[in-house]
Amino acid sequence: MSEVEYEAVIGLEIHVQLSTQTKMFCGCGLSFGEPPNTRTCPVCLGLPGALPVANEMAVHYGLMIGLALGCELAPRSIFHRKNYFYPDLPKGYQISQYDEPLCKGGRLGEVRIHRVHLEEDAAKLTHVGASGRIHGSDASIVDFNRGGTPLAEIVTEPDIRSAEAAADWLRLLRVTLRRLGVSDVNMEEGSLRCDANISLRPAGSEQLGVKTELKNMNSFRFIERGIKAELARQEKILRAGERVIQETLHFDPNSGRITSLRSKEQAHDYRYFPEPDLLPIAISQQMLDRAREAMPELPAAMATRLEQEHGLSAESAELLAFKDELGDYFEAAVREPVDPQAPPQALANWLITDLTGRLGEGQAPLQSRVEPGALAALVGLVAAKRISVGAGRSVLDKLVAEGGDPVAIVEAEGLGAMSDGDELAGIVAAAIAANADAAERVKAGNAKAVGPIVGYVMRETKGRADGGEVNRLIAQQLGA
Amino acid sequence: MIERDEVLHVARLARLALSEQEIEAMQGELSKVLDHVAKIGELDLDGVPPSTHVVEITGALRPDEPRPCLPREVALASAPAVSDDGFLVPSPQA
Repeated sequence: MSEVEYEAVIGLEIHVQLSTQTKMFCGCGLSFGEPPNTRTCPVCLGLPGALPVANEMAVHYGLMIGLALGCELAPRSIFHRKNYFYPDLPKGYQISQYDEPLCKGGRLGEVRIHRVHLEEDAAKLTHVGASGRIHGSDASIVDFNRGGTPLAEIVTEPDIRSAEAAADWLRLLRVTLRRLGVSDVNMEEGSLRCDANISLRPAGSEQLGVKTELKNMNSFRFIERGIKAELARQEKILRAGERVIQETLHFDPNSGRITSLRSKEQAHDYRYFPEPDLLPIAISQQMLDRAREAMPELPAAMATRLEQEHGLSAESAELLAFKDELGDYFEAAVREPVDPQAPPQALANWLITDLTGRLGEGQAPLQSRVEPGALAALVGLVAAKRISVGAGRSVLDKLVAEGGDPVAIVEAEGLGAMSDGDELAGIVAAAIAANADAAERVKAGNAKAVGPIVGYVMRETKGRADGGEVNRLIAQQLGA
Repeated sequence: MIERDEVLHVARLARLALSEQEIEAMQGELSKVLDHVAKIGELDLDGVPPSTHVVEITGALRPDEPRPCLPREVALASAPAVSDDGFLVPSPQA
């Protein structure tokens, strides 16, 4: 009997803190690490009689997100009260949107969007107690600085089929939101938070299995690992002939374990009803025009344009457009009038592989010492064979460390390619003489044995020799 | 008359502890409220769209301009308990 193949069904819910000046429903400034409870007012403290008024800029950002995700923008939307009793929520309810959200439908990449709505963030709770641990603590301290921060909640359809695809798609969403300039989208600091709804079903089946909700994973790595762990847990349960229980789960990245958050608190009974203190939002033509005018070029469109304008491979174009402002650097570099010219694809390769590899994850190329024009000049020199690839890499090392002009570095270090064929032929001959064993093995047909000979030549020439030319000369002289 | 369990459920959601006497009293009082609202059902409301707001005014948005916040002492002044510059509350996990 063949085993059933299972298919993952994953949907994401993403909370994005919007980069407005003030909170969602009051004029308190957003908090960036100010002392606790110094960014509050009667509205965000939920004092009796205080009346909320929605922030125009939050609505504007919400519309921009809706436009970027291809949503249908509701001409009229309303706020609801989501009732639950918890100390991070001073009113006893969160103002959110329910059945008339700001944006419905849409798509980003391969994933359909269910809805986008606006709401307010909760306050921050710190648990204290005799034990000092979270569980079993007997008191909590509430800091309302974060309470009322505007959030856009983006809900996808369950269109994602693997943990890797979930992380990839979230990266695309993040870079899209960053382009829009509507949020800092910093997962570690909580301005981008992601929950995943996860279930398994027999491959090919149309029916959805029982889902669990994995909460608040705060890095791409944890999202991928968390979803993988949960899929494995569910598969084990199903293979044992048992049932998955619908519940809310927490992934602990340190132990790799998944624990249930289920408690009486989790009994969802939000008793939504329309918020009588807030008027409906009607989107005027003027608001729509303003949101459309504010739209930048989005990563997906940028990838297509880079591919068409510069003849880049689809893969390179996507890497540039989707990754940490690499695209901006590339465009700055490709515009530089350098002689000899840098072919765009070669420029993209040097940027994606060599430069970012040297900078590591912490540093964006635009913040490095390597000016876009310097990289373009360097790639031009290599492409025109004025310097070898190896010499080019040495120049890049120098540029990363000190900045400067590649042409000057090439001259100062004597890295110019060897134009004198006889000189190189002489060095190759010396290299063969110094590595007689290797030469014999190459002659006997072992092509890999050529390494020490090439190494000798590169040392002698300080990497100035063209690798292809060296190999040609070795083969010629050995008659191999 | 609504069930005792329903009263307990609603009390739990509001974090209220009710005495036996109060549970019984609430059964009566909440039932009266529900009966009163149920009178709307006597009207023929086919084709009447549900309303969410009494007045249909829209567009009342606030410009994104910061306004002064409360000094912390004032914000904390009415709190029954305070600790480390924050509102001290019983742990929700206790």
